[in-house]
Amino acid sequence: MKPTERYAPPAILLHWLIAGLIIATFIWGLVVSDMPLSPAKFKYIAWHKWAGISVLTLVAVRLVVRLLKQPPALPAHMGNMERLLAHGGHIALYLLMFAVPLTGWLMSSAYGFPVVLFKLVQLPDLVAQNEQLAATLKTVHETLNWIMAACVVGHVLAAVKHHVVDKDGMLFRMSLRGPRQ
Amino acid sequence: MRMHQLKLMAAALIVAAPLTQAAALDAGKSQINFTMKQLNVPVNGSFKKFSGNVVLDLKKPEAGKADITIDTASISLPTAEAVGEAKKADWFNVAKFPTARFVSSSIKPLGGGKLQVAGKLTIKGNTRDVTAPFTARQEGGLTVVEGVLPVSRLAYKIGEGDWADTGTVADEVQIKFKVAIPASK
Repeated sequence: MKPTERYAPPAILLHWLIAGLIIATFIWGLVVSDMPLSPAKFKYIAWHKWAGISVLTLVAVRLVVRLLKQPPALPAHMGNMERLLAHGGHIALYLLMFAVPLTGWLMSSAYGFPVVLFKLVQLPDLVAQNEQLAATLKTVHETLNWIMAACVVGHVLAAVKHHVVDKDGMLFRMSLRGPRQ
Repeated sequence: MRMHQLKLMAAALIVAAPLTQAAALDAGKSQINFTMKQLNVPVNGSFKKFSGNVVLDLKKPEAGKADITIDTASISLPTAEAVGEAKKADWFNVAKFPTARFVSSSIKPLGGGKLQVAGKLTIKGNTRDVTAPFTARQEGGLTVVEGVLPVSRLAYKIGEGDWADTGTVADEVQIKFKVAIPASK
């Protein structure tokens, strides 16, 4: 493994930071949505929103890094179908990483509970208050989340397949430490 | 029976009208909105049903008075879930306290088109002295009064139990009122 075959350090750092945040925010959202109305729920929803907007911001940075720093080429053994799947999966993940927090922000606006990031910065409302629209956006937000969860599972399975079946050392491209010498 | 009631009502009107000279507020052109903050997130609500009598002659505002009664069950908040919660005992307890009331004690001009009203506000059986600056203007045969009254929700026990935590829902609530009455001649 030559160091040049790895993703750029900012891309690696952002990948793991965003991955951790997405998993935590996803589980947090599931827990919170079933809670009865309480002061704790208000607090937890606020945290969920802060985490979601953080993901949105970090994903935007990640996209810029990706456009500036070409990712390493895919291993030569991969066939056309595999390459298509890999690219399609990555495009889907990027789209969802934007769409999921954006629909969360949209539904906050529609519900009339604007996002105030870290209790400090009130984000502009994307749509006017409308409870019906809010309910629809909630469904969209949830559905997109499950699609994203499926994509993440596919992403992890593909990585494991490269590591275990193909043994092409691909995991090291995104490893925080790089291959062991 | 019915006739008797009508006569009584008529008699009451004849007696009451010259005494108070108060004008019923124009509910269609009046609004009682409020903004509370939860973790600094502004949440807007309003009361859809209220009535009352207001006297305000801009030439002698000191003689003015207001008596407004709000139907607490008419509360409106962003979600149906929030409305349901607000009606419960911890909040407005609308079953036991169906109305809130404001009765003015004095109105004085502050100059520059601004005035100040002082009075007693009763919510959930708790009465507190409040004051609010306001503006008044004539608009198409109406006198329109607008102002903001900051209140402490805890002073009225609005949000008890777990909800008393001001770290989640702030204590201060801004009540924004707009009251339209037929202009005095």
